[in-house]
Amino acid sequence: MDQLFLQLVNGLAVGGIYALVALGYTMVYGVLKLINFAHGDLFTIGAYLGLTLFVGMGLAGTLTVFPAVLSVAVMVMGLTALLGGVLERVAYRPLRKAGRLSAVVSALGASIFFQNAVMLVWGANYEVYPEVMRPSTVIFLFGTGVPLIRLLIIGVSLMLMLSLYGFIHHTRTGTAVRAAAIDQGAAALMGINVNRIITLVFLIGPGLGGVAGVMVGLSYGQIDFSMGFSYGLKAFTAAVLGGIGNIPGAMLGGMLLGLIETLGSAYLTIAWKDAISFLVLILILIIRPTGILGERTAEKL
Amino acid sequence: MLKRSGTTSGTILQRVKFPALVALTALAAGLPLTLNPYWTAVFVSIGLGALLSLSLNVILGRAGIFNMGHAAFYAVGAYVTAILNTRFQVPVLWLLPVAGAASGLCALLVARPIIHLRGDYLLIVTVGIVEIVRIALINDVGGLTGGANGIFGIARPEIFGIRIRRDIQFYYLVWGAVALTVALFSRLDRSRVGRALSCIKEDDTAAEGCGIDVARYKLLAFGLGAFWAGMAGALFAAKMTIISPGSFTFWDSVLLFAAVTLGGGSQTGAVLGAFLVFGLPEIFRDFASARMLVFGLALMAMMVVRPQGLLPPALRRYDTRFITRGERAAGDGE
Repeated sequence: MDQLFLQLVNGLAVGGIYALVALGYTMVYGVLKLINFAHGDLFTIGAYLGLTLFVGMGLAGTLTVFPAVLSVAVMVMGLTALLGGVLERVAYRPLRKAGRLSAVVSALGASIFFQNAVMLVWGANYEVYPEVMRPSTVIFLFGTGVPLIRLLIIGVSLMLMLSLYGFIHHTRTGTAVRAAAIDQGAAALMGINVNRIITLVFLIGPGLGGVAGVMVGLSYGQIDFSMGFSYGLKAFTAAVLGGIGNIPGAMLGGMLLGLIETLGSAYLTIAWKDAISFLVLILILIIRPTGILGERTAEKL
Repeated sequence: MLKRSGTTSGTILQRVKFPALVALTALAAGLPLTLNPYWTAVFVSIGLGALLSLSLNVILGRAGIFNMGHAAFYAVGAYVTAILNTRFQVPVLWLLPVAGAASGLCALLVARPIIHLRGDYLLIVTVGIVEIVRIALINDVGGLTGGANGIFGIARPEIFGIRIRRDIQFYYLVWGAVALTVALFSRLDRSRVGRALSCIKEDDTAAEGCGIDVARYKLLAFGLGAFWAGMAGALFAAKMTIISPGSFTFWDSVLLFAAVTLGGGSQTGAVLGAFLVFGLPEIFRDFASARMLVFGLALMAMMVVRPQGLLPPALRRYDTRFITRGERAAGDGE
């Protein structure tokens, strides 16, 4: 029972990370119908930028843990958002009128570029987050010791998701984002600057992804240059699971995938851990391609 | 007017084509005599890449099915060859059709329930498949695949009593296979199946409306491409003599996907794409660890500059002499 509770917390924590990354995929897909393969690598870059800020700027020594983590998270968010905006401008905007295939290959090229850039800048080995930044406090809940950091991650990711949800559904700009996702042409006719909306989406998505990268560093301690691939693929799975293009769907899908994966590897088989999420992906696409919360839409002719 | 110029250029092309083909063959045959062993080996791996690109070209370039899991089918062919060869000493070349059939069959089984999915969804499912296959190979399914170390001691192929061992011999074997593949697939393009596939690629709803059984033709393309990839996998196993899960990753699928997309969909394009994707990093060797960085940049730049690919297939030409005057007039009136 204790074991189960701990696994649930772990599942939700990793699920929160998947969900934050999945939001970036789902928003871009919603507006551009493009799988941004480079998104996973922006997440990796977020993790490494966080490390550099912690270590290089000596934040770990000068500030106490909480303000240090907060300021690093905000800075990383800004930097990865900027990178996302530049990426859209350079690699995707020129291809908006061209076929989908060329945009996909451009995205793959960007992913290869970022991954190798990280490897060249920070090296090919594992990097370790400073121990002081990782609170090892254990909280006793229902008689089980739960690492505080996991709970914090669940809390922060939920908070970020809810604020994004509020932004998309209750502000003017958010409404414009939703309009651009439904029909870009009609949105443009209503006076919405679609280019600005797309740029905005490419700022928000990678920003959240970058924070998720810092969370992985804080939670697991270790980061490496190729981690964006598996996290990215699983986050994309989460987005599809919840219904791609659908923001609450990405949150639900992320949490669900985190739980499925953690419980599956704890109680079924650890060797097949990574295969579980892909199996879930294939099954959901066969049974319900629109995902859990996705609406069935008629294919446009 | 347009039609007439079309026919003239056609005859010129036909007149040029034969000598050009002879010259190209002579060049390809003579090339390894001038190369050092290192570059011969590079050309062998480019040739294997070209075979795989051509096989993916049927699926992605011709039928427009976004398959980013091609390495999975290539892996099935290589592992079937390796297992049957090391356990039962079956000669490698006899195993070519067996490897092809095994991976074609796998592809059909896997693709049957997902073939109706839209482009991007299919792409992500195939990514999932290639990862599941890799994890299965690492976990030593059925005690057959040798886990993370793979299988070693695969025999060299033998043709007419000659054991193919040196790179230069592999060069002729592999590039001979490439030439044969180009010839066969070009015939396929001009057949009923080829026309149906290009129709599906342009617009599968319209194709369905014209009475083409879209799902069946897509499955056919998928199966054929996987069959060919399986055979290429058998050659790969024979060349390497050691295979392990590390050779069949998502990134290998991505490289093939990029080669076909860069090529633009024609046979020549697929071979050219293989040269760019598998040959360019060798030229960039001077950049050492930065070569993949440069490669990623080059991919982006090439797509931005030429999104349709370098050599898209030529427009189909039909012989208009058989159309009667009345139909032609009606056609012009449209």
